Amino acid sequence: MALNRKIAYINLTTGEIETKPIPLEIRKMFLGGRGLDMYLMYNHIKPGIDPLGPDNVALVSAGLLVGTLASASARTHVAGKSPLTGFVGSTNMGGFFAPEMRWAGFDHLVIKGKAEKPVYLWIHNGEIEIRDGSSIWGKTVQETQEIIREELGDSDVKILTIGIAGENLVRYANVMTELKNAGGRSGMGALLGSKNLKAIAARGTMDIKIAHPSEALEYNRKIIRQITSAKVSQTQGRLGTNFIWGATNTQGLVRVRNFQLNQLEDSDDIEPEKLDEFNIGMTGCFGCQVHCRGKYIIPSGPYAGVYAEGPEYTSIGAWAGEPGCRNPLTILVGNHLVNSYGLDTLETGSMIAWAMELYEEGILTSKDTDGLDLRFGNDEAVIEMVHRIANRKGLGDILAEGPLRAAKKIGKNSIKYSIQVKGMSNLHSDERPTPALALGIATGSRGSDHLRSRPAIDLYHLPEPVLRKIYSQPVPYDGPLSSDYRDYEGKPWQVFWHEMCYEAVDCLGICKYHTTFLGATLPNFEEWSKLLYYNTGLEMSPLDIWTVAERCYNIERLFNIREGLTRKDDWLSDRYFDEPTTVGIPGVRNKTLDREKFKKMIDEYYEHHGWDENGVPRPETLRRLGIDKEPSHML
Amino acid sequence: MQKMLVVDYEKCTGCRLCELVCAVKHEGVSNPLRARIHIVKWEMKGIMVPMICNQCESAPCISVCPTNARTRDEEQRKVNVDYDKCIGCKMCIVACPFGAVSFDPFASRIISCDLCDGDPRCADFCETGALRYVEASQSNKQRQREAAEKLYESMRKFTAAYTG
Repeated sequence: MALNRKIAYINLTTGEIETKPIPLEIRKMFLGGRGLDMYLMYNHIKPGIDPLGPDNVALVSAGLLVGTLASASARTHVAGKSPLTGFVGSTNMGGFFAPEMRWAGFDHLVIKGKAEKPVYLWIHNGEIEIRDGSSIWGKTVQETQEIIREELGDSDVKILTIGIAGENLVRYANVMTELKNAGGRSGMGALLGSKNLKAIAARGTMDIKIAHPSEALEYNRKIIRQITSAKVSQTQGRLGTNFIWGATNTQGLVRVRNFQLNQLEDSDDIEPEKLDEFNIGMTGCFGCQVHCRGKYIIPSGPYAGVYAEGPEYTSIGAWAGEPGCRNPLTILVGNHLVNSYGLDTLETGSMIAWAMELYEEGILTSKDTDGLDLRFGNDEAVIEMVHRIANRKGLGDILAEGPLRAAKKIGKNSIKYSIQVKGMSNLHSDERPTPALALGIATGSRGSDHLRSRPAIDLYHLPEPVLRKIYSQPVPYDGPLSSDYRDYEGKPWQVFWHEMCYEAVDCLGICKYHTTFLGATLPNFEEWSKLLYYNTGLEMSPLDIWTVAERCYNIERLFNIREGLTRKDDWLSDRYFDEPTTVGIPGVRNKTLDREKFKKMIDEYYEHHGWDENGVPRPETLRRLGIDKEPSHML
Repeated sequence: MQKMLVVDYEKCTGCRLCELVCAVKHEGVSNPLRARIHIVKWEMKGIMVPMICNQCESAPCISVCPTNARTRDEEQRKVNVDYDKCIGCKMCIVACPFGAVSFDPFASRIISCDLCDGDPRCADFCETGALRYVEASQSNKQRQREAAEKLYESMRKFTAAYTG
């Protein structure tokens, strides 16, 4: 059954592999995926270790509902101490790897030490083998998968891999699977690279027993309808996530020219509808009827004829808005390159845009760029920088270190221009007019990030009764709620609620697009409780699931605090408070964040969490959640 | 009126929900090996092709069956299997030109699509329209209309080009 998948401890230094069952007691506390990974991370990683040294631990897992009849239960989670931030490293990706790992018998891998030479893991029906990886080292994400399949003689093998960026320890290198499923943010690709672990291949034919098959079938049928009947899902299935960029750019909620503007004008050529002209069909992840991933063939230039997937919302930000470019080809090629190199599209685009502003300010000169004209809007320079970052050449070697280390190397107050939190670049959205979204990126446990807590439905101006219905379950809430995304009132609760929502789905292995992330009518705790019961037999109420999420989020907080995080790390760049927005619809123009109100929001947010004014979980909070004795080493 | 399962290869997004639903419906488990339908993929080229029993009118799997376990169900227009007669010789696997008959090593028996006895769940779950269970008379209608539309478009362009 879905609860009997095992955990494997793999020591790459010694070659020892040990497998263990996962006790039900632990399941009830952390479910699986991100939640259990966070528990393992807190217990197995010693404080203060070098994230790129052999003491760091790479955790690879599948959510508890992965491979079952829960719509889009496809998510793989990878964790460890982040080489980019030094805090929680955590990433989540779709595709087909996680279900395959479960069919092969495993839910969690705890990978320790460092292999002497490049290796890959081969997981097959309950067995794990460490294999020579010399034939795949130096290969792209796509080549690696083809070579492994050829080597193992099975075209159905699913592979999680790093690209050349991960091998070169670019601190924001991704783990990847298939063409473009990307485990981005926080540099988990560099972590695998530091262990000489190029890839993990999985193939399995072991049953995952469904506890109540006919109920699970009927209920999932209903859930899928609930998801695909939402207009937002339909738009996504047609235009991909690109539609979000179009909608937010129209309002003036995106970062342009690093942080100089909040809207890309004359953007006709790269609007979602325009990019759709390159689309040749849609595809998607395991078990998903939304199919939000586009397919395209690069139409011209040096990469003409290459088949790729995407681009996504973040790619338009990274290859158009942020560097101030308007050429669809730059988006299509940039997206393809980061997916081949295994780079985080968002971080790469942000680093390049930051360097462009430094170039404009004269902090970087053509001497630093080896003659490359790094001005805003120079499409060729943007693409060239991707190659340089992945291969750590010239300025690329500095940018590969991430915002904080790069700013230290460049000096000259370059940090002032960097748009980052906890050493991770912000998404390409501009949160100055939207305090809720700003609070989310300021407090996210893996650094600046929208996928930790973004209450995206806050942008819809939903009527108060609708908000009340969503946000007062499974935990009662009778505080303020506001339909206006420019308000500060009630937003901390929304951010807290979405944190719990996303933590819960990350434990279950369901896609966030199937939750109250983008659509107010999409499933959350109530539905997950039923999905858990029908598929695994585990009886957990919506409130129980919420409590698991709280428990896991607190462990993330404890990990960060142990690594030196303080309240001042939950803060944004001064530019958010000092430089007003200049363009966009009237309601978002001339906006800055208010320092005092923002501080108050953080106080309130801590209070919801049961943390003190320094953001430290109170002893009674930890007792209530049963994690006051961590580290416990139960697993 | 008789119905049939129609596959539109261009509409498949490769999500494999059909495999999952099929295995759960028939065996109560999630395991693609035990499904009667499979999506064959060339991932790096973005090609995905659903492969399922086509319920051939003159089925090679029936012809080769030495015990007459496989028979034609004229009412539902499909291939039936009598497991009391099936000896598991696997000749049907060899004979099927589509690789749509397989062996379930867990249950130690031959498996192929039985159309869920007139209510194929894969088609019910497939919202892309890649799998549809339709009246036999309608089986080609959608494709015919789409092709006609393309023809009409090219005729229109042709006429416009030459009449200016």
